[in-house]
Amino acid sequence: MSAVTDVRRRGGRASMVGSGLLVVAVLVLALWVPYNVSLGTLSSLVGLFVLVILGTTWNLMAGYAGMVSIGQQAFIGIGGYGVIHLADAVGLPVLGAVVAAAVVCGAVAWATSFLVFRLAGGYFAIGTWVVAEVVKLLTTQVDALGGGSGLSLGAFQGADRVARVATVYWLGLTLAVVVVLATFALMRSRVGLGLTAIRDDPTAASGLGVPVDRSKRIVYVASSAGVGLAGALTALNTLRVTPDSIFSVGFTASMIFVVLIGGIGTIEGPIVGAVVSFVLQDRLADLGSLYLVVLGVVAIVVVLLAPRGLWGLVTRVTDVHLFPLVHTVRREASED
Amino acid sequence: MDWLNAVIQGLLLGGQYALLACGLSLIFGVMRIVNLAHGVIAVAAAYVALWLVQDGSVPLLLALVVVVPVFAAAGYALQRGLFNPALGGGELAPLLVSFGLGIVLTNVLQQVFSADSRSIGIGSLGTSSVPLAPDLSVGVFSLLTFVVGVGVIAAVQLFLSRTSTGRAMRATSDDPETAQLMGIDQRHLYGVATAIAIGTVALAGVFVGMSTQFSPTYGDLVLIFAFEAVIVGGLGSLWGTLLGGLVLGVAQTVGAQVDPAYGILAGHLVFLAVLLVRPSGLMPRTVTA
Amino acid sequence: MNALLSVEGVDVHHGDLQALHGLDLTLDEGETLAVIGANGAGKTTLLRTIAGSLRATRGEVRLDGDPIGSTPAHVRVARGIALTPEGRRIFPSLTVEENLLVGGYRGRKGPWDLRSVYELFPLVHGRRTRAGAHLSGGEQQATAIGRALMANPRLLLLDEVSLGLAPVVVKEIYAALPQVVARGTTVLVVEQDLNQALGVADRVQCLLEGRTVLEGPAATISREDVTAAYFGLQE
Repeated sequence: MSAVTDVRRRGGRASMVGSGLLVVAVLVLALWVPYNVSLGTLSSLVGLFVLVILGTTWNLMAGYAGMVSIGQQAFIGIGGYGVIHLADAVGLPVLGAVVAAAVVCGAVAWATSFLVFRLAGGYFAIGTWVVAEVVKLLTTQVDALGGGSGLSLGAFQGADRVARVATVYWLGLTLAVVVVLATFALMRSRVGLGLTAIRDDPTAASGLGVPVDRSKRIVYVASSAGVGLAGALTALNTLRVTPDSIFSVGFTASMIFVVLIGGIGTIEGPIVGAVVSFVLQDRLADLGSLYLVVLGVVAIVVVLLAPRGLWGLVTRVTDVHLFPLVHTVRREASED
Repeated sequence: MDWLNAVIQGLLLGGQYALLACGLSLIFGVMRIVNLAHGVIAVAAAYVALWLVQDGSVPLLLALVVVVPVFAAAGYALQRGLFNPALGGGELAPLLVSFGLGIVLTNVLQQVFSADSRSIGIGSLGTSSVPLAPDLSVGVFSLLTFVVGVGVIAAVQLFLSRTSTGRAMRATSDDPETAQLMGIDQRHLYGVATAIAIGTVALAGVFVGMSTQFSPTYGDLVLIFAFEAVIVGGLGSLWGTLLGGLVLGVAQTVGAQVDPAYGILAGHLVFLAVLLVRPSGLMPRTVTA
Repeated sequence: MNALLSVEGVDVHHGDLQALHGLDLTLDEGETLAVIGANGAGKTTLLRTIAGSLRATRGEVRLDGDPIGSTPAHVRVARGIALTPEGRRIFPSLTVEENLLVGGYRGRKGPWDLRSVYELFPLVHGRRTRAGAHLSGGEQQATAIGRALMANPRLLLLDEVSLGLAPVVVKEIYAALPQVVARGTTVLVVEQDLNQALGVADRVQCLLEGRTVLEGPAATISREDVTAAYFGLQE
């Protein structure tokens, strides 16, 4: 006799091809690009990796846990200042300083979460911004951090310029890949499943025993540590941080654009958004503030008319998922 | 006397913050939208007033009479055109739309008026003061701002509690679906609320422009101060927002009395302390909707 | 005589679930109709569709013969339809009197104002300065009906008046209904309590799983028929 069963699976043939292409793209970026583009291009590509990290981590909070923060520049700043201070003053090796700076960011995020989690929705957003302002104002008060004029990185002094740029480039690529994979792993874990439940219905999720606050806190800490990596990377790439530049709310604006344009609530969206943002930035840099006007208008239009972003348009047409998070349920007849 | 002076200056400054915060509080209270473009809209009003006065040779008072209704009308259009459609797109959509709007406005101001700091000249009004005691005097203009701030808060609160439209706003805040069953057109009502909010913040913005130097990005600070006033005060009523503004103002001037660099920081720290100790603010809602 | 309200072949869906299947209903001016049925029969859905908070996926709702299926809820209030929703839905932060005033937001002319509502429900008058959040179930129900009357409706829709209330309170509230009808208001009452429904109505319509299974004058219809229809028993 035949029975109908629901078969649940992740991914499909098109998705496997897509994921394969992604692996190839990473390999090309790792092995071919560094030997075939100028140093300037290599350095600016670090900006792309920063955007991928920022978009991915912001999406983790907003897209999966429903927390819109506009204060993530706090962790760019702590990451940037942290890596320089830990490398130059404390004497950690650069890689160790990067990781340690991210850990500091996670710790600060954990501590401040007890304040900002008392605010919901839009007020949470501005609350995180206040925290970022406080961190920035405190930073300018510390003489060891250069006060208002900032810090310069000394660790690379005397190093060959080519070797330095290449090192930062490979580090950036590695960090971007790690952050994306870690986010993917987090979303496939119990925490991720719980978050999806919270996003769909917080009351029901909490009733079913999903630890809402704890899950959100894990995401906030993980995401902020990721942002710290991006901040450290930025500092290594520019060799200098000042309070006004590294704590700029403009960083958060780019995160939001990357996520909105690419597609909120998917792993792929922020990657697509980062690439699009990076190209636009490159092409429209001459427009100055008009460029940001255009970006703002695009963000509004996307939210109102295409809330799933560019990646949403892609999946609607092709059913491709580069990161198999989506379950596809298919009815299949089977013989008993 | 220095400390007393700092407190009095802080109270007067608080009146200005309350005026800035009134609209933010109103929009959130009625429709649960946090308008991230609130600050830059205030700054935009200051620029428009400056432009009218400088390039149009319009008297300042007349400029104010023009700016407020024009911004109120723009607020109505903003609600009907952007925020109402966004409300259908989930919780995050209005927030993100207002964020985009803030970016657009800031950079349009940058493009049109450049990034230079400006201020609206008010001549002798800015320097004249009233003596309170031998060593103590308050600026006429700060006093005027304070009076306008308290007056606007009182007027909006009276509007909410005494008029039919105000009642309808409170009913919609409690239960939007049932409010429609009472014959209330939610989209229009939201438009009216935003018109009032943007009108008051435009008024506040012009006063800010008369009292200090501003640039297109000054809106960020305005938004943060307004937000702190709202949260410190609690979401019970606009009187809470007034109280929040006063607390914030005093914290800043007293902090600055200790060291000029600590003014703004002290305000932030008081805000965080309130969040820690009394997260629902000093005057919380007594009835939860 | 032209029907005040007619519901013609209406389908309503909640997502994938169909709540009403081609439902017909007519109501003449001045008439009182009781719609009865078990939980999930589609009674509340029907009222919400007439009031405009739900849209029919097929069919039409007419007021005075004019199609109003795409008219928003707030405009229907202006045209004389008022609903007392299930669960009363009193505005909690407003006082009782403010709740009533919001009910009269549209300013339709008619017999009902604060004074006449307070006369009808002295209970409500005694609580007029109290916040809506602090009312008992019976006080809420009386306030909710008063609030709907403040709109001076031609058609008053009452959803589950007796639900969760003590019998003595239910009796008191139903005792007020004849005065409402006497002032020319047409009433559509949805009720699970058969006795109350049969006592107050001119006509009864019984729903089962989104369809009409029995319809007739309240005076001639037998309780056995109603019970059978109510539970979907075949004869």
